[in-house]
Amino acid sequence: MPTPRVFLLSALALALATAACGGGSTQQTAPGGQAMANLSGAIRIDGSSTVAPLSEAAAELFQQQHRNVQVTVGTSGTGGGFEKFCRGETDIADASRPIKSSEADLCKANGVVYEEFTVANDGLSVVVNPANDWARCMTTAQLKKIWDQGSTVNNWKDVDPSFPDVKLDLYGAGTDSGTFDYFTEAINGTSKRSRTDYNATEDDNVTVRGVSGSRGGIGYFGLSYLEENKGKVKGVAIDGGNGCVEATVQTVQNGTYKPLGRPLFIYPTKKLLARPEGLAFVEYYVTNTSAITKQALFVDLTAEQKAKLNSQFEKLKVAGS
Amino acid sequence: MTLTIDPTQPALGQRRLGASKPRHGERAIAALLGLCALVSVATTVGIVVALFVPTVEFFRSVSLREFLTTTEWAPLFDRARFGVLPLATATLVTTLCALAVCVPFGLGAAIFLSEYASGRARSLLKPALEVLAGIPTVVYGFFALTFVTPLLQEIWFGPGDPPQIFNGLSAGLVMGVMILPTIASLAEDAMSAVPRSLRAGAFALGSTKLQVSTRVVVPGALSGIVAAIVLGISRAVGETMIVLVAAGGTPNFTFNPAEAMQTMTAFIAAAGMGDQPTGTIGYKTIFAVGAALFVATFVMNQLSIRLVRRYREAYE
Repeated sequence: MPTPRVFLLSALALALATAACGGGSTQQTAPGGQAMANLSGAIRIDGSSTVAPLSEAAAELFQQQHRNVQVTVGTSGTGGGFEKFCRGETDIADASRPIKSSEADLCKANGVVYEEFTVANDGLSVVVNPANDWARCMTTAQLKKIWDQGSTVNNWKDVDPSFPDVKLDLYGAGTDSGTFDYFTEAINGTSKRSRTDYNATEDDNVTVRGVSGSRGGIGYFGLSYLEENKGKVKGVAIDGGNGCVEATVQTVQNGTYKPLGRPLFIYPTKKLLARPEGLAFVEYYVTNTSAITKQALFVDLTAEQKAKLNSQFEKLKVAGS
Repeated sequence: MTLTIDPTQPALGQRRLGASKPRHGERAIAALLGLCALVSVATTVGIVVALFVPTVEFFRSVSLREFLTTTEWAPLFDRARFGVLPLATATLVTTLCALAVCVPFGLGAAIFLSEYASGRARSLLKPALEVLAGIPTVVYGFFALTFVTPLLQEIWFGPGDPPQIFNGLSAGLVMGVMILPTIASLAEDAMSAVPRSLRAGAFALGSTKLQVSTRVVVPGALSGIVAAIVLGISRAVGETMIVLVAAGGTPNFTFNPAEAMQTMTAFIAAAGMGDQPTGTIGYKTIFAVGAALFVATFVMNQLSIRLVRRYREAYE
């Protein structure tokens, strides 16, 4: 006859096994006509680390009204996010650049159908350490000199003779990042063309930490990270040929922040839009861009962009129902 | 009348000693336990195979010479370069910094615990060392980044520039602190195994405690101490979280620990966190670096076995 201890241990093991095997949030499709407040389900978002704070803000605001909908936001980078998206592992892809044709083909091959929505504007910001008082404005040529492929510039005085003799410390986006694609295309001419000896990361917070801790540091990321970390890093005005322009809401919206102004996208799957909670979330996202961008410190859409977005979404709703 | 009993023949009408019918249950248990032991072997073989198959494919596209001798590491960029030396030197530099902390302090702590400490001191110190060993490595990493690096930047008096925000020195030093309990406890065990008679003999001949500790006990426990140090080196080489957080992600071919550098483990973690499509060269690069790490640790383990055997002192 097994001892009581054996019974206890096997009971514990059984309990743990059932807890591990069961559980996990399952997607529930509520029947049509159910009240909005009873929406529940899980929405998986992954992709650009630039867009992630925006999606997180949207999720936060949405969940204030719909507590049972779980939204998770990952930051694998735009490229990484599309990989997962086109394998059917995520419901929405965050992107700081439009989907590439190769990625679109992959999605098509795997039967993933999606919609593209422009949800915010961004001024890709170049940042330096707060103690850096010499690089208040930089030209795109100077940036290219620093960041171009094969560049051996390691000191600020090599960038411009008027700059002091301080070592350059480079922090930037990794190769999976849409910010990387966009920055290299805008500054170096070709997407993904870049020097390789810098601290490359898909997590922009690492770039913030690096630049804020290094006197000669320079890095680049989306405007919202600059707004969030105003005391730790300082933005550099960019001279794209028409004088020095700071990255602000106005300059990004009216297009004078060149060449680093860019739109930000989300790509929800058609499958997600067929689910009531998915449709509700995306509807919330595209109709409340002002509140969401304000919360997340992003640049809102222009009136023109908003009109376009709304008509796009209305067309979708009509077609879907 | 004499009674002769032949011990080799069974007594009449009596059963023979020894198993009369096979015990299947015993054999089943033995097989099951053998299977458990085999699981560890099978896992090791599985890991080696899983590691080396993509590595072999990797070396079909990239020459071994480029991998081992060039000094630019940029496998995920468009103009890809596959020289592993920057990662290898970073691993080496951080390991050496770790050893500079954990060997003297670990051995010192071990000698103190084994030779000098009173019972009360031992009862306080040993748990403290256990606590140090129990701290999660990610906590160590952030400790290095947020406390040690600014401290080093403030008190830097050495040659060259003060450390950058991400540097190999803080990561190495904190790694040393992490490994210290391992070395201290293994070395202390080795020293306790040295028989009292040796110590007593030395004292009887008029040695001071220091002479006994350094000239009798430590040489006597040398093989155990060497094994402890090699274990420490293996842990330092394989450590990921601390270097990922505190040493940075810039592949940098340098021997200056005050600079930012990316170790082999940090590269594997960073590249793994991103998303490399299966089967691409970027994906296989992760395995190639993993295989290099595996080979390095394996060679060190073999070295350790040989050293331990060489210096082993067997006491009756």
